[in-house]
Amino acid sequence: MENQEQLFTISIYTENNIGLLNRISAIFQRRHVNIESINGSASEIEEVSKWTILVNMTEENMKKIIGQIEKQVEVIKAYYHSDEETIYQESCLFKIKSDLLFEEPQIQNIIKESNARIVTVNKEFFVLEKSGRRSEVDLLYRELSAHGILQFNRSGRIAVTKEPMEISKMLEALNS
Amino acid sequence: MIMKEHALINSPTSSIVTEKISGAEAIIKCFLAEGVDTAFGYPGGAIMPLYDKLYGYQKELKHVLTRHEQGATHAAQGYARISNKVGVCIATSGPGATNLITGLADAMIDSTPMVCITGQVASHLLGTDAFQETDIIGISTPVTKWNAQVTKAADIPKVLAKAFYIAQSGRPGPVLIDITKDAQFEEFDFAYEKCKSIRSYVPVPDTDLQTVKDAALLINNAQKPMIIWGQGVVLSEAEKELQSVIEKAGIPSAWTILGASAIPTSHSLNVGMVGMHGNYAPNLLTNECDVLIAIGMRFDDRVTGDLSRYAKQAKVIHFEIDPSEVNKNVKADIAVLGDARNTLELLLPYLEQREHPKWLARFKELYEVEVDKVIREDMEPSVDGLTMAEVIQQINVHSKSEAAIVSDVGQHQMIACRYASYNQTRSNITSGGLGTMGFALPAAIGAQVGAPDRDVVAVIGDGGYQMTIQELGTIFQTKVPVKIVVLNNEFLGMVRQWQQLFFDKRYASTEMTNPDFIKIAEGYHIKAKQVTDRKDLAGAVEEMMKSDEAYFLEVRVQKEGNVFPMIPTGASVSEVRLQ
Repeated sequence: MENQEQLFTISIYTENNIGLLNRISAIFQRRHVNIESINGSASEIEEVSKWTILVNMTEENMKKIIGQIEKQVEVIKAYYHSDEETIYQESCLFKIKSDLLFEEPQIQNIIKESNARIVTVNKEFFVLEKSGRRSEVDLLYRELSAHGILQFNRSGRIAVTKEPMEISKMLEALNS
Repeated sequence: MIMKEHALINSPTSSIVTEKISGAEAIIKCFLAEGVDTAFGYPGGAIMPLYDKLYGYQKELKHVLTRHEQGATHAAQGYARISNKVGVCIATSGPGATNLITGLADAMIDSTPMVCITGQVASHLLGTDAFQETDIIGISTPVTKWNAQVTKAADIPKVLAKAFYIAQSGRPGPVLIDITKDAQFEEFDFAYEKCKSIRSYVPVPDTDLQTVKDAALLINNAQKPMIIWGQGVVLSEAEKELQSVIEKAGIPSAWTILGASAIPTSHSLNVGMVGMHGNYAPNLLTNECDVLIAIGMRFDDRVTGDLSRYAKQAKVIHFEIDPSEVNKNVKADIAVLGDARNTLELLLPYLEQREHPKWLARFKELYEVEVDKVIREDMEPSVDGLTMAEVIQQINVHSKSEAAIVSDVGQHQMIACRYASYNQTRSNITSGGLGTMGFALPAAIGAQVGAPDRDVVAVIGDGGYQMTIQELGTIFQTKVPVKIVVLNNEFLGMVRQWQQLFFDKRYASTEMTNPDFIKIAEGYHIKAKQVTDRKDLAGAVEEMMKSDEAYFLEVRVQKEGNVFPMIPTGASVSEVRLQ
């Protein structure tokens, strides 16, 4: 199992500093590992950033890379999890010609069935938002692309873990 | 006039008092507060405000002008390696900054504490492709332990305090701080406080006492234990603790190239060097020992050879400060995290007094095989041509094994490390992990500056010498009394050896047509001598060691001498070749 490639969701808590993304991505680059998706944002802790990175690799290498990430001075803590250990979602936006909404009865069904949300509508176009698993987003994309998509954009994976990550406690100890 | 503001910085305790000074002067005051006495560097446009202020601090802070920024980095490394202090270097933006990269990479992989200051174009020009602008933060990220750009003078004290703390704490490494020219000019209220911790940074992991006890139990029950120590022992200043452990538990102990000299060469339990060109016995017996105790070393591929056939029979105990090194290459049965000095001190009382005479005899026996097959011919050749080993032996004799040997990279380096005898620690300065040709000459300058009372001998091949030969100018100008020995075989010897052994003797681009090295040295007014004949060697080395100024000795050695033993790439340590 350790030597079989699988998807891992990496969660990295860091200081909010310039250049840190470069330092983290370099660790993947030097081992010739492709990053499937990456998301950076504020975390649940004030002034602490969280990076969520999706990679495909063996668990053995995952452990080594986590060690090398944690070694970076401004990384507070890094974790890796399998899909089963996390609740994860992606988000996406579709921009579609407004005409289709009225001329193609199929479109309304697709929207209803997919639980997508209409964000805005005007004379020229409407924008559809969908959050969910990769497969759900992919399905919606396939269905809509048959009718024509003006623009499409998808976020990287965002995730929370089922088990608690002890980062807040750790920081309390560090700050005291 | 210039000296009037200096009273405040002499004692670190006065650091809370503020005064209005420029960012450039603040850099110097930070240096002084950190105990820096020497900086190696090269001026240029974007760093001129700092150099202007350095002019007023010549008494407090020595500046060594190298002939190339790469030379400044290696000099700072040599300084750090011999003195256990942070090496400091200064360069300008653009090409000055990019010229630091090799030295940074070398310091990164060899865990050398170093702080580099680079000038940067003024902050309003950042990102505009300004003259001599380069993204040195982006470029240096993978080869620094930490780096940061400063665009405001007020940030200088805090960032530099962090830089010095990070460079020398935990597993040391190089730090680069890029400071824009306007930040160097800008005036602000200076106050300095040393950095004592960073919340996201754990320099030394906690040691779990249970792992120490488990390690002791395994060692006490071992029949054929073997230690391999590395530079971690030197960096932690754990030489005494290591020697006590070795002696109490009676363990034959070998070293990696960067661990050399931590325990005297003559110690009865010192069984030599491991690795590609290490000694026969410790390489072979790595695959026979029952407990392998790795201390402050990282199982580099040049040490282990084929990992799938490395010490598979042994239980492995790994004493290590950097958790990411544990299980990286070799799985540890027991990992003892922490600073080697501390963990070895903890270990000692749990160890039982032991001797392993039969096991130690195996090392002696195999050493005799190596003497027969390799060492005798290296030391007392049956042919006319001089060998590199003879030269090292003469340096041992005439320095009474007290010299610090700074070696470059290649055959001569392996020979120097195999045959140098060391009485004191921090006597082996070489580029281990990166294998940087051109390292030795500038590193020797830095080492001599860092330890003015020691004999420093640079041992260099004719190839590497010419990579940084311009630093002879630094020696001439600063009068550092380094001894330079060039072992000239008119080949890039190590590559030639591989071509001979693995590439069908196709000597592609390894033969060197060399200049008159004596004339070059004399051009810099450095005393110089060439030896081509065995009968002149001892006298020349003696004269060199007695010289109280810089001395250049060129020794013409056998053109096609080879270094053995050798573990070919991809082979197991058991397959170490003697010829």
